[in-house]
Amino acid sequence: MALNAKSLNEDEYFYGHKACGGCGGSLAVRIALKVLGEKAVAVLPAGCMSAVGFNFPQLCFSNNAIISTFAGTASMLAGIEAGLRAQGITNFQAVGFAGDGGTADIGLQALSGAIDRNDNILYICYDNEAYMNTGIQKSSLTPFGAKTTTTPAGKNIHGNLRPKKNMFEIAAAHDIPYAATASVGYMNDFMNKIEKASKIQGTKYIHVIAPCPTGWCVETDSTVEIAKEVVDCGLWYLAEYENGEYTLNYKPKKFTDVGEYLKKQGRFRHLSDNDIEIIKCSRDKKWEKINQNWRIK
Amino acid sequence: MARKFLSGNEAFAEGIRLAKPQVISAYPITPQTIVVERLSEMVEDKSLKAEFIHVESEHSALSCAMGTSAVGARAFTATSSQGLLYMAECLTYASGGRFPIVMMNANRSTALPWNIYGDQRDSISLLDSGWIQAYAENAQESLDLALMSYYVAEDKRVSTPFMANLDGFVLTHTYEVVDVPTKKQADEFLPPFKTENKLDLNNPKNLAFSAGPAQNTAFKYKEHIGLLNAKEVIGEAEEKFAKIFGRKYSGLTEEYRTDDADYIIVTLGSIAGLVRETVDKLRNDGKKVGLLRIRYLRPFPNEEIAGALKNAKAAAVLEKDISFGNEGTVYTNVNSAIKKQNIHITTSNYIGGLGGKNISEAEIENIFGDIESGKTGVTFLGLGGE
Repeated sequence: MALNAKSLNEDEYFYGHKACGGCGGSLAVRIALKVLGEKAVAVLPAGCMSAVGFNFPQLCFSNNAIISTFAGTASMLAGIEAGLRAQGITNFQAVGFAGDGGTADIGLQALSGAIDRNDNILYICYDNEAYMNTGIQKSSLTPFGAKTTTTPAGKNIHGNLRPKKNMFEIAAAHDIPYAATASVGYMNDFMNKIEKASKIQGTKYIHVIAPCPTGWCVETDSTVEIAKEVVDCGLWYLAEYENGEYTLNYKPKKFTDVGEYLKKQGRFRHLSDNDIEIIKCSRDKKWEKINQNWRIK
Repeated sequence: MARKFLSGNEAFAEGIRLAKPQVISAYPITPQTIVVERLSEMVEDKSLKAEFIHVESEHSALSCAMGTSAVGARAFTATSSQGLLYMAECLTYASGGRFPIVMMNANRSTALPWNIYGDQRDSISLLDSGWIQAYAENAQESLDLALMSYYVAEDKRVSTPFMANLDGFVLTHTYEVVDVPTKKQADEFLPPFKTENKLDLNNPKNLAFSAGPAQNTAFKYKEHIGLLNAKEVIGEAEEKFAKIFGRKYSGLTEEYRTDDADYIIVTLGSIAGLVRETVDKLRNDGKKVGLLRIRYLRPFPNEEIAGALKNAKAAAVLEKDISFGNEGTVYTNVNSAIKKQNIHITTSNYIGGLGGKNISEAEIENIFGDIESGKTGVTFLGLGGE
């Protein structure tokens, strides 16, 4: 039976933390743990979720949880998985929750190693598109044009110059047993991908868009709405990679307006019409490939 | 017990087989490679029941070991030089987390210039990372340290990771006859790893958390006490070891003909063998000389060093390390030890063996000659090249 708000576990596993209002990352972690339940052994690297959840003596996980080094989410997961298995313990799910910087920048090597070994772990990247914990600095998952504290929007440079690194397909290129994209704006899709991943042997990678109102400069009650809109306007997509094949889970009938999506966020407000045109073009190029090469559900 | 002809690396691997780690994570670096090659063979032939995880870096090797230790399983890794420096972040993490991981370090020079040969700058530059640091002299001691390391590290009073150092090539790659204990003996010596400091599915915990200014000092103090407690536990381990295996070690230091010695060389690692032979030679000539070998740099043997040097006229610290802009770090530590006991003898520092430079018997004789004539200061051996 598919998971939804009604059938979801009522127990809380990530509770009493001090994340900012409207934090998409904490929503992703909270919901993922509700799906996985008490068998989850969670690894969180240095970053927002460890900073808000592990302040002794206020420890906010009711399941087993540990902070890893910034670069060490996947490698610590590997040690946990092997260590528990060596003791004959099997009823657990080693799960990592790392941000975009912890995944696509400093933690990419260890993640690649884990996928290469096909360690039996679930790695969830909650992507809020910058180093939010340290004060909104650019990561390799910051989208083109976004203003961050290290990619200021000035006369000469309009924010971040580079497009978002394609982590989903980088994970897939390892021929990983399961990879998926998700968004906290499409919660049922996210929950069911976690549920599905937890039943697959080997390495699983889920990349979930998790807006950060503080860094994106949007209202704290707009997190879910904007996480939905990024999918609806085609700048993000809900997809899976399995058995060597890409599948698009949801195809918007008609994209909502990209300019509208961008302009409601403080981080994009400086963009010129030309900048927005560049973003639209790159979206269309991506969708051309998706439509051509991926299985459409 | 079997007698085998083994290199230092191989002897250490035999010791690790007997200690039965449940997970081994390692990344190759010369001159550490042989120990992990042997261990992977032991895993393959099932003489060691362990998971061998081929990590993609040294940082991941120790991060992985921390994950293993954090769920209450026994972890092993090994590295050297640049690899040790690459995982440096994880060293303080493992000690702060009180994860009793054992790591073998093949002592090797650090770049630049690139050099694969042995000196001790790699481990000594990480002396303050909160790990127990032991230095083996020979292959037998290497094997024995592998077994004893888990006993000490995992003791509840200690709960501190253990770095066993073997001089690169000189010890890791040279062969000696080594007594290899039986499995039964090893099991009698080393109890299984039990800890409450673990992620437990029946009793969930949050580990490796943040502690702000209000609590941080208390955690760091406990870490310090854990390392100090290792002194007592090393003693207990060696007592039990002697009963089962018939080999008795002498704690944090080893004294050789120091009782009535006027002039003493303080050193560590494999060079102690040559110093010991030189002491015998000079003793035959009527010189009152001795050797003090430091076996453990952390916890530091303050009392043992002061006790051994108190009646000497002068002591020289011979080490394969230099703290640039100051002096050898072992020398700094030794001077601190004797100062605290109000011992006023002349001391001097000899920096040798850097980048694998050979230290000759003649040089050791010269050191004894120097300190007899009252020489002090820091002297580099082998500056001239060959």
